[in-house]
Amino acid sequence: MSFAVPATLEAQLDELVTHYPQKRSASLMFLHALQEHFGYISRDAVEWTARKLGLQPINVYELVTFYPMFRQEPLGKTHIKVCRTLSCALAGSSELRTHFCSKLGLDAHKHAPQTTPDGKFTVEFVECLADCGNAPVVLLNEDLLPKVTPARADEIVAKGKLK
Amino acid sequence: MSAPATTEAKLAAATAPASPPLAEKIKIKVDGREVEVPKMMPNWQGKLEPTTMLQACQIAGHEVPHYCYHPKLPVAGNCRMCLVEFGTPQMGPDRKPVLNQDGTPKVAKAVLPYEPSTCRGAIACATPISPGMEIYPNSAATKQMREAVLESLLINHPLDCSICDQAGECKLQEYSVEHGQSQSSFVEAKVHKPKAVDLGPRIVLDDERCILCTRCIRFTKDIAGDDALGIVNRGSYNTIAAWKPGAFDNNYTLNTVDICPVGALTSKDFRFQMRVWFMKETKSLCTSCGTGCNIIVGSREEKIYRYEPRQNDAVNACWMCDHGRLNYKWIGRGDRLKKCGVRGAGCGVTDSDWSTVLKGVSETLAKAPHGSTAIVASARQTNEELFLLKKLATKLGALTDSVPRTGQGDHLLVDEDKNPNSNGARLTGIAFTEMGINLPKIAEGIAAGRIKTLIVFGEDVTRHGLDPSLLARLDTLIVSDILPNRTTALAHYLLPGCAHAEKRGTFTNTKGRVQKFMKAVEAPGDARPEWEFLHELMHNVTGQNGFSTIEGLFNQMAAEVPGFAGLEWAKLGETGVTVQI
Repeated sequence: MSFAVPATLEAQLDELVTHYPQKRSASLMFLHALQEHFGYISRDAVEWTARKLGLQPINVYELVTFYPMFRQEPLGKTHIKVCRTLSCALAGSSELRTHFCSKLGLDAHKHAPQTTPDGKFTVEFVECLADCGNAPVVLLNEDLLPKVTPARADEIVAKGKLK
Repeated sequence: MSAPATTEAKLAAATAPASPPLAEKIKIKVDGREVEVPKMMPNWQGKLEPTTMLQACQIAGHEVPHYCYHPKLPVAGNCRMCLVEFGTPQMGPDRKPVLNQDGTPKVAKAVLPYEPSTCRGAIACATPISPGMEIYPNSAATKQMREAVLESLLINHPLDCSICDQAGECKLQEYSVEHGQSQSSFVEAKVHKPKAVDLGPRIVLDDERCILCTRCIRFTKDIAGDDALGIVNRGSYNTIAAWKPGAFDNNYTLNTVDICPVGALTSKDFRFQMRVWFMKETKSLCTSCGTGCNIIVGSREEKIYRYEPRQNDAVNACWMCDHGRLNYKWIGRGDRLKKCGVRGAGCGVTDSDWSTVLKGVSETLAKAPHGSTAIVASARQTNEELFLLKKLATKLGALTDSVPRTGQGDHLLVDEDKNPNSNGARLTGIAFTEMGINLPKIAEGIAAGRIKTLIVFGEDVTRHGLDPSLLARLDTLIVSDILPNRTTALAHYLLPGCAHAEKRGTFTNTKGRVQKFMKAVEAPGDARPEWEFLHELMHNVTGQNGFSTIEGLFNQMAAEVPGFAGLEWAKLGETGVTVQI
């Protein structure tokens, strides 16, 4: 099995379990930690978490599928989150996402996050990024970009392709 | 009350249900009528908990519609179908009840805090009652809530009743008739979910029909002890799922099909086989082990289509194992013994008829010297049949026994004893505590030439120490069975018998529960219930009169066999009576 949790991470998680009255309560923290390390939550990661916490995989899988923040697929190197909440929507965020999709050859009609086949980009709609005054807003990996124009979008794509 | 003095009273006290003798009662009003209900009632595990509005309404004779509530499962309260309008006695600032002008306590209906004209319903399945409470299960507000809940549950439902296996026994259908609307006001596109999901080797799931009541999840987690199912995704995309396709595979999975209130979970064995309204339902018992789960046999035109568990809290609650449930196909097998048989000189068994065979057997047995006969009965036979065989054995001075059949048991319903009536064989005196202890003695008797006649019922004795070469030494081998085997092939007289679903009778389970079962289908060909021809044989051989009805036969057995003393066919009811074993 290729899935292996480093000993240091496992030790951290084992310590984490002791903070909770029941092992199960640590489920979400486990998933966050595993996603941070592996980039996404694989089926192996679900089974590993279940084993560590004395649960059935389905119990953990329920959480993974419930929260949109948990990924079941690896992300692209450039992660583009376009805000779709009211202010951004009024400022053209839908058009902005469509622009990203068409530039990257993705299907703008699909609802879920999409990753390009070369693994370089992931584009998705997210809810409010709390910068409504600068709509439309994009969260590029960890950076919040205000007032993103189509021209700025093209720059992002061009830069991402070099990564 | 004086302390129990007699052993009988002590026994009764030990076996009595866990409810206290002096239950505290509460007065409430249901639909305007005052009723007294116990303050505490058994929950799904049988432990006493405050009585819920749903239980109180049931006592008052009002069925509150519900999907997720099941008396044998933990309460989830998620379907909201059991919402009812209610009121509680109003309290004044002095913590004393406010009275009406006529002196009766004033009851305030529960309303929304800032919208006093709107009723605030409560889910009857999870709300405890309190003294003076009034429940309005038929009020306009209650009906309006039900209609709204039902409409919401039907929003994404495919309404494919015409091809749905649940049709005819579907709560969604039933409540739609009572509380639904003739037209849907939903104009948007329905959410599509996975269809025909392979949940387990015996279960198919249609997620679009599912109303997410979680009965299946609770059953498999809390009753079967296999936490295999869950709800994945969120919001409108919620679906029941197992971790891996086909992973829902414990020995109790088919119970989820029974408790699924809609057509989401279907049995691979039963789906698309028969519309449920065409089937005749017969109260019967499962014969796959000594537990004796109560079942309903579903049949049409002499063919059995399914077994379903029938509630009996003293035996199986509402459940049965998958193995027992699917173990019915042998009854309809094409190679069933359908004809009486007689072995001619030097040739094989040829077809015969009952008058010839019974005459031949009776004459053989009447002539047999005392002690020259042995009987191997089966602990799959009924109490009545074993009783008649024992009478025959007493007259003939025959050594008797039956064949033990053990296997693995489990924590819930499956017993290690794979015979349905081992205790019946013991109580009637056919077998002993250690079943099968006489089989070597019978083999030895045949080998020594002491035993000349062997009567075998329902067992292939060649697999239990009496091999064909030994059987060849007998003068007469009389065999009754249902399916052909090596013993039936060697019989001098062959008497085709019936499966339990083709006759009436009683079994005694491992805990001493004497339970009766009814006839669901006709036996094929000339096959007859064993007790019928045993009654004739017994009469011919012993000269004693007996009863030609199962009721009379059972009552005679109860009068003659100490273990069944005091029992009566009519008093067994549908769920049986426990005797000491």
